[in-house]
Amino acid sequence: MKREPVRYLTYRDRRKKYLVILTSLLLAAMVVAAGVGAVPIPIAEVSSILMCRVPFVSRWVPNMGRQDAYETIILQVRLPRILLAVIIGGSLAGAGATLQGLFGNPLADPYIMGISSGAALGATIAISSRLPSLIPGLSSVPVAAFLASVATMTMVYYLAGVSGRVSMDTFLLSGVVVSSFLWAVMSFIMMMSGDSLREIMMWLMGSLSNKGYAHVKMASPYAVFGIFVLIIMARDLNLICLGDDEARHLGVDPEHAKGIIMFASSLVTAASVSVGGIIGFVGLIVPHVMRIILGPDHRLLLPASVIAGGIFLVSADTIARTLIAPAEIPVGVITALVGAPFFFYVLRRRKVPEG
Amino acid sequence: MRLCAFSICHKYGIIIAIDNVSLSLESGEFVGILGPNGSGKTTLLRVLAGAVKPCGGTVLLDGEDVHKMRPKPVAEKIAVVPQNGYIPFPFSVFEMVMMGREPHMTRFSRESPRDVDIVSQAMAATGVTHLADRSVLDLSYGERQRVVVARALAQEPGILLLDEPTSHLDPGYRMEIMDVFKSLSRCKNIGVLAVLHDVNLASQYADRLIMLNQGKKVADGIPREVVTKEILESVYGVEAIVRTHPAVGCPQVMLVPGFRAGQGEDNPAGN
Repeated sequence: MKREPVRYLTYRDRRKKYLVILTSLLLAAMVVAAGVGAVPIPIAEVSSILMCRVPFVSRWVPNMGRQDAYETIILQVRLPRILLAVIIGGSLAGAGATLQGLFGNPLADPYIMGISSGAALGATIAISSRLPSLIPGLSSVPVAAFLASVATMTMVYYLAGVSGRVSMDTFLLSGVVVSSFLWAVMSFIMMMSGDSLREIMMWLMGSLSNKGYAHVKMASPYAVFGIFVLIIMARDLNLICLGDDEARHLGVDPEHAKGIIMFASSLVTAASVSVGGIIGFVGLIVPHVMRIILGPDHRLLLPASVIAGGIFLVSADTIARTLIAPAEIPVGVITALVGAPFFFYVLRRRKVPEG
Repeated sequence: MRLCAFSICHKYGIIIAIDNVSLSLESGEFVGILGPNGSGKTTLLRVLAGAVKPCGGTVLLDGEDVHKMRPKPVAEKIAVVPQNGYIPFPFSVFEMVMMGREPHMTRFSRESPRDVDIVSQAMAATGVTHLADRSVLDLSYGERQRVVVARALAQEPGILLLDEPTSHLDPGYRMEIMDVFKSLSRCKNIGVLAVLHDVNLASQYADRLIMLNQGKKVADGIPREVVTKEILESVYGVEAIVRTHPAVGCPQVMLVPGFRAGQGEDNPAGN
């Protein structure tokens, strides 16, 4: 029994160790991604340009006679896109990990509640009607997508909540109903839209091209706030995935906690979908891989999934913009090409817990 | 600590699950709840634990209405061992038992060495220490049940509510875990209320037995008053023979199989 505290401390250190490793990998992926492209830039150059922009650190960075062109490419072209990939990847993976825990089902993903269909409809309307931009530097598409997905979220809540006590099944059903309705409306608009069809298709497949700091500024407050809330609720999530009664017996009000968790994960998903389109599989496979490596404790799993989601999407997006350069593949195509076979593999080897 | 229920009524739709049941549980008392399938035992337990709000009646925990309290203060005082639930993810045994400390922690606090000590003791008490790093999904039902009991012990409750805690255990572990509950009620002054299927086991361990039938309380008293031929035959509808346990002195029941008549050669009741 003397051994126990020691063992537990190593367990806590393990938690910290993994988060440090993942964060370093994320930074490395971002630096590499910033160097890759039509104009290759050496890693050392990239790091020094980036570090100059970090307060306090910049003091120790030697000035090695940088070229202004490099600085412009990195800071104005590649960095906003990389930041956006981190935000979207982190949001989707974090929301996916949360919803898998909430539904007690490892096959849940952030789009399960129908939020993506709302965003898609909003974007389709904005693209096909050529809605004028209201905010400088930001087209009307992400704004419309965000508003529509928040509206969808509210509608799903309202439909599910009619009977008072909300069960997760009711939520799922309500999400399915709302999203199939919205998809139908969207298909109709697409059919009538003619010229903008290609643009809508590009949006639906999910892409990070032609995005700037305005998009980062739009998505990041919601994403950061939502992820923060989810990480705070990780402890409650551990208990909730055992069932409502057990959560209550261990001191968590399941209804209350689920409400907060649902709201935060919907917000995070809406924010990322509205700027990145429907990028599939990030929210499904990243939490899955993390759970296999790190175990199901959400206090580690959630932050780890957020960071790993960032790594995954930054890498996928780098491939998407370089593979057939100067043309671009929508990043959603890359994630699906990697994700679908993996999903199949997980399904095949998934153990049935009841036996 | 004292848990009191006053004239509890509960319905599922039009089906009456509990019909005007009152009961009390004091610190250090071991009460068993008996009754046939569908007699409302589990519903009653969930009402007492605050998980189900009854259609009528109140449950008081030290004078406070359980259904008006937040779950956390209730969980500091009452631990529940439910029937085996579905566990979707491979939590380790240690993590599962540590969840029992949640009611005593605030949102931002971390597990202290004291929490780890309590968890280790709880695991030792139910004999799952050697499984600490294993995934709960890889355990047998009996082992899982002992893990859940350890989690309830880690909660350091004043009241322990058990829903058929021995249903998946072999006879050895069944006695062992009942001994653990008994010693908790004796030495740590915890009030234990257990829904039990096994009349003989209940009679051996409980200070007091409550018999439910069709949602109504039909008997409440020491085992000798409740485990009687008349009550058992009217509630379970089978022929019963009641004898005294030669070592413990409590009443024990032997049921008489229906097909006995006419077989003749092997007559267990004929002593």
